[in-house]
Amino acid sequence: MTPRLSAHGVVKRFPGVLALDGVDLDIRGGEVVAVVGENGAGKSTLMKILAGVLTPDAGELRLDGAPLLLPDVRAADRAGIALIHQELNLADNLDLAGNLHLGREPRRGPRGLGWIDRSRLERDSRDLLRRVGLDLPPTTLTAELSIGQRQMLEIARALGRSARFLILDEPTSSLSAAETERLLGLIAELRAEGTGIVYISHRLGEITRIADRVVVLRDGARTAELSGGEIERGRMVREMVGRELESLDSCERALGEVRLEIRGLPMAPEAPVLDLDVRSGEIVGLAGLVGSGRSELLGAIFGVAPRSHGRVRVDAREIPPGSPPASVAAGLGLVPEERGRQGLVLEGTIHENLALPGWRRTSRRGWVRSDEARANSRSVVRSLDIRPGDATRAAGTLSGGNQQKVALGKWLPLEPVVLLLDEPTRGVDVGARLEIHRRLQELASAGLAILFASSEMEEVLGLSDRVLVLHEGRIAGELPRERLSEEAVLSLATGSEAAP
Amino acid sequence: MRKALGAAGLLVGAGLAIAIASPHFMTAFNLENLLRRSSLFGILGIGATFVIVTGGIDLSIGSIVCLVGVLTPWLLVEQGVDPWIGVLGLLGVSLLLGTLHGVLITRLRLQPFLVTLCGLLVYRGLARGITGDQTQGFVGGFRGLRQLGNGRIPIPGIEGFTIPVPFLVLVVVAIGAALLLGRTVWGRYLLAIGRNETAVRYSGIDADRVKILAYTLCGFLSGLGGLLFTLDVGSAQPVDFGNFYELYAIAAAVIGGCSLRGGEGTILGVLLGAAVMQVLQNGITLIDAIPNNVEFAVIGTVILIGVVTDESVRRVIARRRPEGRGSIP
Repeated sequence: MTPRLSAHGVVKRFPGVLALDGVDLDIRGGEVVAVVGENGAGKSTLMKILAGVLTPDAGELRLDGAPLLLPDVRAADRAGIALIHQELNLADNLDLAGNLHLGREPRRGPRGLGWIDRSRLERDSRDLLRRVGLDLPPTTLTAELSIGQRQMLEIARALGRSARFLILDEPTSSLSAAETERLLGLIAELRAEGTGIVYISHRLGEITRIADRVVVLRDGARTAELSGGEIERGRMVREMVGRELESLDSCERALGEVRLEIRGLPMAPEAPVLDLDVRSGEIVGLAGLVGSGRSELLGAIFGVAPRSHGRVRVDAREIPPGSPPASVAAGLGLVPEERGRQGLVLEGTIHENLALPGWRRTSRRGWVRSDEARANSRSVVRSLDIRPGDATRAAGTLSGGNQQKVALGKWLPLEPVVLLLDEPTRGVDVGARLEIHRRLQELASAGLAILFASSEMEEVLGLSDRVLVLHEGRIAGELPRERLSEEAVLSLATGSEAAP
Repeated sequence: MRKALGAAGLLVGAGLAIAIASPHFMTAFNLENLLRRSSLFGILGIGATFVIVTGGIDLSIGSIVCLVGVLTPWLLVEQGVDPWIGVLGLLGVSLLLGTLHGVLITRLRLQPFLVTLCGLLVYRGLARGITGDQTQGFVGGFRGLRQLGNGRIPIPGIEGFTIPVPFLVLVVVAIGAALLLGRTVWGRYLLAIGRNETAVRYSGIDADRVKILAYTLCGFLSGLGGLLFTLDVGSAQPVDFGNFYELYAIAAAVIGGCSLRGGEGTILGVLLGAAVMQVLQNGITLIDAIPNNVEFAVIGTVILIGVVTDESVRRVIARRRPEGRGSIP
């Protein structure tokens, strides 16, 4: 009999929010069910309930028809359900074998002594690693793995616990194109072996490729279930947002003088150097695979990453290497890749975050002028439509999209002349993404020079006036708006075409 | 603010209990002494607070107290150095030691625990070495200077109770510290660094300079505390002068609401925390039923109960309100 995991009428309340309002979900062995929805739609909550991290307030779970109680993660583990978190939970200091068997190491010797059976550990590990296509010795240190390899390791760990249901939460958000392909391949194999897979992703392109069914959540309720030919991008977006989304109009902007001038900046040690000008009113995109050096480049310009040689000038003013304060003083701002770690003080309030880079400006001889800072924050909250609009809430309690707006909004009171953005909308839902893109266009129209890096093709194509494609630490080519297309970017990014 | 209230509650509760158990507690002489000791430890606690809100720690406080405390009479009495030069020089040294800690921690990326642990060992060793382990004292001299530590200012119209001079020093230090932490750019940066140093750097702020400032202030206030302690007592033994004072200062900060993870803390809270520590110590001395040698055990237990209660209250509140931790106005 095919194993079958189902949830009926699941309700989950958090203080002030009804996260799930009577949701049904049904997963059979040997199929891939995608769950999509905007941030805050309840996807993660539902997955946590299936994995025993949270318990539902009402409704029930069933496994093969029998009621299933999951008071904790161990119970889910015993039932063969494994959740692979967005934030990977691996111990860097252990080797692969150690992580694969963490908590269930094969023992030998007298009971209770806890001697680890090293040879069995490594033998079992080799089998598991082979199954997920990780060609590494089990004694490799986990810290040496790429993010994609870690994801594979997590899946191998779940398989080692004979999981029959795998829940993958945004597994590809930080994977390179090649790693994504490998992961999708592995999912197809696991499906063929009879594993039931729940797949959560903002990347609708992946979903159209691998999902047998798509369940759409909106505001904690299930709004649609699509299968077969219905699984199509426009349809999914419509169901997620609940309305037709207007697309981003490319607007013609008048270009002003050169604001950011980069000369001879190396993309990586020993790599060729980069020359680049970004003009007032211009949005320049940096495309390329993960690991092509985009983040390092933006970091080196801003001063948070090392810069051994090369020059950066903002409005003809030289920026010394390695000094973010000098960059900010010259009119640069950076919205970094990891908003939780680099962009925001999550425990701080929205106001504290919005005011942080601007304290110097909203102070007189070191004494802060709180009223002015608060007024600035209020106007940013209004202009970016940050929700909830109560600036005394902790930034960490906001949805991804609103957190990203705060990470962007903290630069606005400083009126920067050049804004650098690294993955401006990673993990942000469709609606908020469009709002952020619109706002960036408005800022450019008002004269800002914008340089951004993105691994999302749609973003690169929709937002940029000009795209630089990077490949292995060098510029593979430059595409003006007229010649922009997915094929053109991809062929440059994968190195299959020489620079024109 | 809530945690400062907790510390105030603990202070009043402990005070009442001790007042009931011992008739000597509520005497003018005892209260005056208590105020003097609390003020001295309050100064050290404020120094510790600057470092703790950045998520760091300073273990060298007690040894800087010893260094300054022992070398002040040694320079003035044994070496005959001019009091102005001696005192200002030693305060300058303590300030520079703090700066040194900050520089080692930020530029060489060493751990605060390690750097200041080495400081703890080095400065006490130096103090003992320089003085040949001999007790240093003012032998009845320098009465004017010693007023800074043991002076008393009568309150017009009130008989019997006088204000100890260290209390006035503390008031000046505390007002300065509270303004720095609450009203200046530096204060905002100190607290933000304790919560997420990376995000502060990515906001274009020179986080290293802010941290060096914190250790510098802590070093200076440790030195100031050491000076006042030695002026108050009149003599200092290199072996144990200032022993464990860093732990008293850290405990005062924690009772007063500082989180050792950083990002949280108020000056008012630390002052109350320092007072709680002194009242407990005083109570153990005064109440005959409690033998003096269990002092550490009693203080440790009370602090533990305090933080456990606080943590439980915090969890209950967090479950009800998803708001920011200690929002800054």
